[in-house]
Amino acid sequence: MLTEFGKIFVFLIFAMLFVAISIFIARLIRPTRPTKEKLKIYECGEEAMGTPWIKFNIRFYVVALIFLIFDVEVVLLFPWAITYKDYGIYGFLVGIIFLVVLAIGMAYEWRKGDLEWARPKPNIPDLSKILKKKIAQPETIEPSADN
Amino acid sequence: MELYDLIFYFFAIVTVVSAFMVVTSKNIVHAGFNLLFTFFGVAGIYVLLGADFIAVVQLLVYVGGILILLLFGIMLTNKITSVELRTGTAHIIPAVIGVGIFWGALTAIVAFKTDWVEVNTASTESTTIIGLGNLLLTDYVLIFELLGILLLVALIGAASFARREIEELKD
Repeated sequence: MLTEFGKIFVFLIFAMLFVAISIFIARLIRPTRPTKEKLKIYECGEEAMGTPWIKFNIRFYVVALIFLIFDVEVVLLFPWAITYKDYGIYGFLVGIIFLVVLAIGMAYEWRKGDLEWARPKPNIPDLSKILKKKIAQPETIEPSADN
Repeated sequence: MELYDLIFYFFAIVTVVSAFMVVTSKNIVHAGFNLLFTFFGVAGIYVLLGADFIAVVQLLVYVGGILILLLFGIMLTNKITSVELRTGTAHIIPAVIGVGIFWGALTAIVAFKTDWVEVNTASTESTTIIGLGNLLLTDYVLIFELLGILLLVALIGAASFARREIEELKD
Protein backbone atom coordinates (compact mmCIF):
# COMPACT_ATOMS: atom_id res chain seq x y z
CA MET A 1 0.00 0.00 0.00
CA LEU A 2 1.39 3.36 -1.04
CA THR A 3 1.40 6.27 1.35
CA GLU A 4 0.83 9.82 0.08
CA PHE A 5 4.58 10.42 0.08
CA GLY A 6 5.01 7.14 -1.78
CA LYS A 7 2.86 8.56 -4.58
CA ILE A 8 5.08 11.66 -4.68
CA PHE A 9 8.12 9.37 -4.90
CA VAL A 10 6.58 7.49 -7.83
CA PHE A 11 5.94 10.81 -9.60
CA LEU A 12 9.52 11.84 -8.89
CA ILE A 13 10.92 8.65 -10.42
CA PHE A 14 8.67 8.94 -13.48
CA ALA A 15 9.68 12.58 -14.00
CA MET A 16 13.38 11.68 -13.88
CA LEU A 17 12.89 8.69 -16.20
CA PHE A 18 10.87 10.80 -18.63
CA VAL A 19 13.66 13.35 -19.02
CA ALA A 20 16.39 10.71 -19.26
CA ILE A 21 14.53 8.55 -21.81
CA SER A 22 13.49 11.46 -24.03
CA ILE A 23 17.03 12.86 -24.13
CA PHE A 24 18.39 9.38 -24.89
CA ILE A 25 15.88 8.72 -27.72
CA ALA A 26 16.49 12.18 -29.17
CA ARG A 27 20.21 11.43 -29.25
CA LEU A 28 19.53 8.15 -31.08
CA ILE A 29 17.38 9.53 -33.90
CA ARG A 30 18.61 13.09 -34.49
CA PRO A 31 21.30 13.94 -37.04
CA THR A 32 24.39 15.60 -35.56
CA ARG A 33 26.00 18.20 -37.82
CA PRO A 34 27.44 20.80 -35.48
CA THR A 35 28.70 24.10 -36.86
CA LYS A 36 30.40 26.95 -35.07
CA GLU A 37 27.18 28.98 -34.91
CA LYS A 38 25.14 26.07 -33.57
CA LEU A 39 27.57 25.43 -30.75
CA LYS A 40 27.50 29.03 -29.55
CA ILE A 41 25.73 29.95 -26.32
CA TYR A 42 22.17 30.99 -27.12
CA GLU A 43 21.21 34.37 -25.74
CA CYS A 44 17.94 35.42 -27.41
CA GLY A 45 19.65 35.77 -30.79
CA GLU A 46 22.22 38.27 -29.56
CA GLU A 47 25.94 37.81 -29.54
CA ALA A 48 26.93 36.57 -26.09
CA MET A 49 29.59 38.86 -24.69
CA GLY A 50 31.45 39.22 -21.43
CA THR A 51 31.49 36.80 -18.55
CA PRO A 52 28.37 35.45 -16.84
CA TRP A 53 30.17 35.89 -13.51
CA ILE A 54 28.95 39.38 -12.77
CA LYS A 55 28.25 40.90 -9.39
CA PHE A 56 24.52 40.95 -8.77
CA ASN A 57 22.54 43.79 -7.27
CA ILE A 58 22.43 43.55 -3.47
CA ARG A 59 18.66 44.16 -3.67
CA PHE A 60 18.26 40.51 -4.67
CA TYR A 61 19.82 39.49 -1.39
CA VAL A 62 17.49 41.70 0.64
CA VAL A 63 14.46 40.29 -1.13
CA ALA A 64 15.73 36.73 -0.53
CA LEU A 65 16.22 37.50 3.19
CA ILE A 66 12.68 38.87 3.52
CA PHE A 67 11.37 35.87 1.59
CA LEU A 68 13.15 33.46 3.94
CA ILE A 69 11.58 35.04 7.02
CA PHE A 70 8.07 34.92 5.58
CA ASP A 71 8.80 31.36 4.46
CA VAL A 72 9.40 30.36 8.08
CA GLU A 73 6.25 32.25 9.06
CA VAL A 74 4.16 30.25 6.58
CA VAL A 75 5.67 27.00 7.86
CA LEU A 76 4.65 27.90 11.41
CA LEU A 77 1.16 28.86 10.27
CA PHE A 78 0.49 25.43 8.73
CA PRO A 79 -0.16 23.53 11.99
CA TRP A 80 -2.06 26.51 13.38
CA ALA A 81 -4.30 26.72 10.30
CA ILE A 82 -5.25 23.05 10.59
CA THR A 83 -6.21 23.06 14.27
CA TYR A 84 -7.31 26.59 15.23
CA LYS A 85 -11.02 25.94 14.58
CA ASP A 86 -11.16 23.45 17.47
CA TYR A 87 -10.21 26.23 19.92
CA GLY A 88 -12.80 28.81 18.93
CA ILE A 89 -11.99 32.51 19.26
CA TYR A 90 -8.89 31.78 21.37
CA GLY A 91 -7.21 29.83 18.60
CA PHE A 92 -8.10 32.53 16.11
CA LEU A 93 -6.61 35.28 18.30
CA VAL A 94 -3.35 33.36 18.77
CA GLY A 95 -2.82 33.30 15.03
CA ILE A 96 -3.90 36.92 14.61
CA ILE A 97 -1.35 38.13 17.20
CA PHE A 98 1.35 36.14 15.42
CA LEU A 99 0.39 37.66 12.08
CA VAL A 100 0.11 41.21 13.46
CA VAL A 101 3.62 40.99 14.95
CA LEU A 102 5.00 40.08 11.54
CA ALA A 103 2.84 42.68 9.83
CA ILE A 104 4.61 45.29 11.99
CA GLY A 105 7.89 44.14 10.47
CA MET A 106 6.42 44.33 6.99
CA ALA A 107 5.09 47.84 7.63
CA TYR A 108 8.49 48.92 8.98
CA GLU A 109 10.25 47.69 5.85
CA TRP A 110 7.68 49.34 3.62
CA ARG A 111 7.94 52.66 5.47
CA LYS A 112 11.74 52.60 5.46
CA GLY A 113 11.78 51.93 1.72
CA ASP A 114 13.52 48.56 1.82
CA LEU A 115 11.00 47.18 -0.63
CA GLU A 116 11.67 49.96 -3.17
CA TRP A 117 13.64 48.86 -6.17
CA ALA A 118 16.05 51.60 -7.28
CA ARG A 119 15.48 51.75 -11.01
CA PRO A 120 17.71 53.72 -13.35
CA LYS A 121 15.85 56.79 -14.55
CA PRO A 122 15.15 56.72 -18.30
CA ASN A 123 16.69 59.69 -20.10
CA ILE A 124 13.79 61.08 -22.10
CA PRO A 125 14.78 64.16 -24.14
CA ASP A 126 12.47 67.13 -23.71
CA LEU A 127 11.20 67.76 -27.25
CA SER A 128 9.80 71.26 -26.64
CA LYS A 129 13.15 72.55 -25.34
CA ILE A 130 15.01 71.16 -28.32
CA LEU A 131 12.50 72.67 -30.71
CA LYS A 132 12.78 76.09 -29.00
CA LYS A 133 16.54 75.99 -29.32
CA LYS A 134 16.34 75.02 -32.95
CA ILE A 135 13.82 77.81 -33.69
CA ALA A 136 16.01 80.38 -31.91
CA GLN A 137 19.07 79.35 -33.92
CA PRO A 138 17.75 78.00 -37.21
CA GLU A 139 21.18 77.95 -38.84
CA THR A 140 22.20 74.97 -36.70
CA ILE A 141 19.63 72.75 -38.38
CA GLU A 142 21.63 70.87 -40.94
CA PRO A 143 21.19 67.37 -42.19
CA SER A 144 23.72 65.00 -40.60
CA ALA A 145 25.17 67.86 -38.54
CA ASP A 146 24.94 66.01 -35.26
CA ASN A 147 24.29 62.40 -34.13
CA MET B 1 10.26 -4.24 4.21
CA GLU B 2 12.51 -4.80 1.21
CA LEU B 3 11.30 -1.76 -0.75
CA TYR B 4 11.57 0.49 2.31
CA ASP B 5 15.23 -0.45 2.73
CA LEU B 6 15.87 0.15 -0.96
CA ILE B 7 14.35 3.64 -0.83
CA PHE B 8 16.26 4.41 2.37
CA TYR B 9 19.57 3.44 0.76
CA PHE B 10 18.69 5.52 -2.31
CA PHE B 11 18.22 8.67 -0.19
CA ALA B 12 21.20 7.85 2.03
CA ILE B 13 23.50 7.49 -1.00
CA VAL B 14 22.14 10.72 -2.53
CA THR B 15 22.81 12.56 0.74
CA VAL B 16 26.28 11.19 1.43
CA VAL B 17 27.60 11.42 -2.15
CA SER B 18 26.37 14.97 -2.66
CA ALA B 19 27.68 16.03 0.76
CA PHE B 20 31.06 14.59 -0.20
CA MET B 21 30.97 16.59 -3.42
CA VAL B 22 30.09 19.76 -1.48
CA VAL B 23 33.26 19.53 0.58
CA THR B 24 35.56 18.41 -2.23
CA SER B 25 34.30 20.67 -5.04
CA LYS B 26 36.75 23.33 -6.18
CA ASN B 27 33.97 25.44 -7.68
CA ILE B 28 31.91 27.23 -5.05
CA VAL B 29 28.78 27.28 -7.24
CA HIS B 30 29.01 23.53 -7.85
CA ALA B 31 29.30 23.07 -4.08
CA GLY B 32 26.14 25.15 -3.65
CA PHE B 33 24.21 23.10 -6.18
CA ASN B 34 25.37 19.83 -4.63
CA LEU B 35 24.06 21.12 -1.31
CA LEU B 36 20.62 21.06 -2.96
CA PHE B 37 20.82 17.28 -3.33
CA THR B 38 22.08 16.91 0.24
CA PHE B 39 19.09 18.82 1.60
CA PHE B 40 16.77 16.86 -0.67
CA GLY B 41 18.16 13.50 0.49
CA VAL B 42 17.75 14.51 4.12
CA ALA B 43 14.12 15.44 3.37
CA GLY B 44 13.60 11.97 1.90
CA ILE B 45 15.02 10.34 5.03
CA TYR B 46 12.67 12.46 7.18
CA VAL B 47 9.73 11.15 5.15
CA LEU B 48 10.89 7.56 5.67
CA LEU B 49 11.09 8.20 9.42
CA GLY B 50 7.46 9.35 9.42
CA ALA B 51 8.29 12.98 10.19
CA ASP B 52 6.27 14.45 7.35
CA PHE B 53 6.06 18.01 8.69
CA ILE B 54 9.82 18.20 9.22
CA ALA B 55 10.33 16.90 5.68
CA VAL B 56 8.10 19.61 4.20
CA VAL B 57 9.88 22.24 6.31
CA GLN B 58 13.20 20.92 5.06
CA LEU B 59 12.09 21.29 1.45
CA LEU B 60 10.39 24.65 1.93
CA VAL B 61 12.94 26.41 4.14
CA TYR B 62 16.27 24.77 3.33
CA VAL B 63 15.89 23.91 -0.35
CA GLY B 64 13.59 26.81 -1.16
CA GLY B 65 15.00 29.53 1.06
CA ILE B 66 18.42 29.02 2.56
CA LEU B 67 19.94 27.61 -0.61
CA ILE B 68 18.66 30.57 -2.66
CA LEU B 69 20.16 32.90 -0.06
CA LEU B 70 23.45 31.02 -0.27
CA LEU B 71 23.57 31.21 -4.06
CA PHE B 72 22.70 34.92 -3.97
CA GLY B 73 25.49 35.34 -1.45
CA ILE B 74 27.89 33.66 -3.87
CA MET B 75 26.66 35.76 -6.79
CA LEU B 76 27.08 38.96 -4.77
CA THR B 77 30.70 38.15 -3.99
CA ASN B 78 33.30 40.33 -5.65
CA LYS B 79 35.84 38.71 -7.98
CA ILE B 80 34.09 35.37 -7.83
CA THR B 81 36.28 33.78 -10.49
CA SER B 82 39.46 34.42 -8.54
CA VAL B 83 38.26 32.66 -5.38
CA GLU B 84 40.73 29.87 -4.65
CA LEU B 85 39.16 27.03 -2.70
CA ARG B 86 41.42 24.79 -0.68
CA THR B 87 39.99 21.32 -0.29
CA GLY B 88 43.07 19.39 0.74
CA THR B 89 43.45 17.56 4.03
CA ALA B 90 45.06 19.45 6.88
CA HIS B 91 45.78 18.31 10.43
CA ILE B 92 44.54 14.80 9.73
CA ILE B 93 45.58 13.24 13.05
CA PRO B 94 43.83 15.75 15.37
CA ALA B 95 40.79 15.62 13.10
CA VAL B 96 40.61 11.82 13.29
CA ILE B 97 40.98 11.89 17.08
CA GLY B 98 38.36 14.61 17.53
CA VAL B 99 35.80 13.08 15.18
CA GLY B 100 36.47 9.63 16.64
CA ILE B 101 35.78 10.76 20.21
CA PHE B 102 32.64 12.66 19.18
CA TRP B 103 31.32 9.81 17.04
CA GLY B 104 32.14 7.22 19.68
CA ALA B 105 30.33 9.18 22.39
CA LEU B 106 27.29 9.67 20.16
CA THR B 107 27.15 5.98 19.23
CA ALA B 108 27.58 4.91 22.85
CA ILE B 109 24.69 7.16 23.94
CA VAL B 110 22.46 5.97 21.11
CA ALA B 111 23.30 2.31 21.73
CA PHE B 112 23.10 2.16 25.54
CA LYS B 113 20.97 5.06 26.74
CA THR B 114 18.05 4.77 24.34
CA ASP B 115 15.15 2.53 25.26
CA TRP B 116 14.20 1.06 21.93
CA VAL B 117 10.44 0.79 21.65
CA GLU B 118 8.70 -1.28 19.05
CA VAL B 119 6.15 0.97 17.40
CA ASN B 120 3.26 -0.53 15.53
CA THR B 121 3.66 1.37 12.28
CA ALA B 122 0.18 0.49 11.05
CA SER B 123 -1.52 2.23 13.97
CA THR B 124 0.45 5.49 13.87
CA GLU B 125 -1.26 8.57 12.56
CA SER B 126 -0.90 9.41 8.91
CA THR B 127 0.30 12.94 9.66
CA THR B 128 2.05 14.61 12.57
CA ILE B 129 0.79 18.08 11.74
CA ILE B 130 -2.47 17.85 13.72
CA GLY B 131 -0.68 16.89 16.94
CA LEU B 132 1.83 19.65 16.31
CA GLY B 133 -0.94 22.20 15.83
CA ASN B 134 -2.66 21.12 19.05
CA LEU B 135 0.59 21.49 20.98
CA LEU B 136 1.25 24.92 19.46
CA LEU B 137 -2.16 26.14 20.62
CA THR B 138 -2.04 24.68 24.14
CA ASP B 139 1.31 23.96 25.80
CA TYR B 140 3.54 26.00 23.53
CA VAL B 141 1.33 28.98 22.75
CA LEU B 142 3.75 31.42 24.40
CA ILE B 143 6.62 29.97 22.37
CA PHE B 144 4.52 30.34 19.23
CA GLU B 145 4.05 34.06 19.88
CA LEU B 146 7.71 34.47 20.88
CA LEU B 147 8.66 32.90 17.57
CA GLY B 148 6.68 35.66 15.88
CA ILE B 149 8.69 38.26 17.79
CA LEU B 150 11.94 36.43 16.97
CA LEU B 151 11.06 36.54 13.29
CA LEU B 152 10.23 40.25 13.63
CA VAL B 153 13.66 40.90 15.16
CA ALA B 154 15.32 38.93 12.37
CA LEU B 155 13.35 40.84 9.74
CA ILE B 156 14.23 44.28 11.09
CA GLY B 157 17.84 43.29 11.77
CA ALA B 158 18.36 41.90 8.28
CA ALA B 159 16.76 44.94 6.69
CA SER B 160 18.85 47.44 8.65
CA PHE B 161 22.11 45.57 7.90
CA ALA B 162 21.26 45.42 4.22
CA ARG B 163 20.24 49.09 4.18
CA ARG B 164 23.64 50.08 5.56
CA GLU B 165 25.33 47.98 2.86
CA ILE B 166 23.28 49.65 0.12
CA GLU B 167 24.07 53.13 1.45
CA GLU B 168 27.78 52.26 1.51
CA LEU B 169 27.56 51.10 -2.07
CA LYS B 170 25.90 54.36 -3.11
CA ASP B 171 28.70 56.49 -1.67
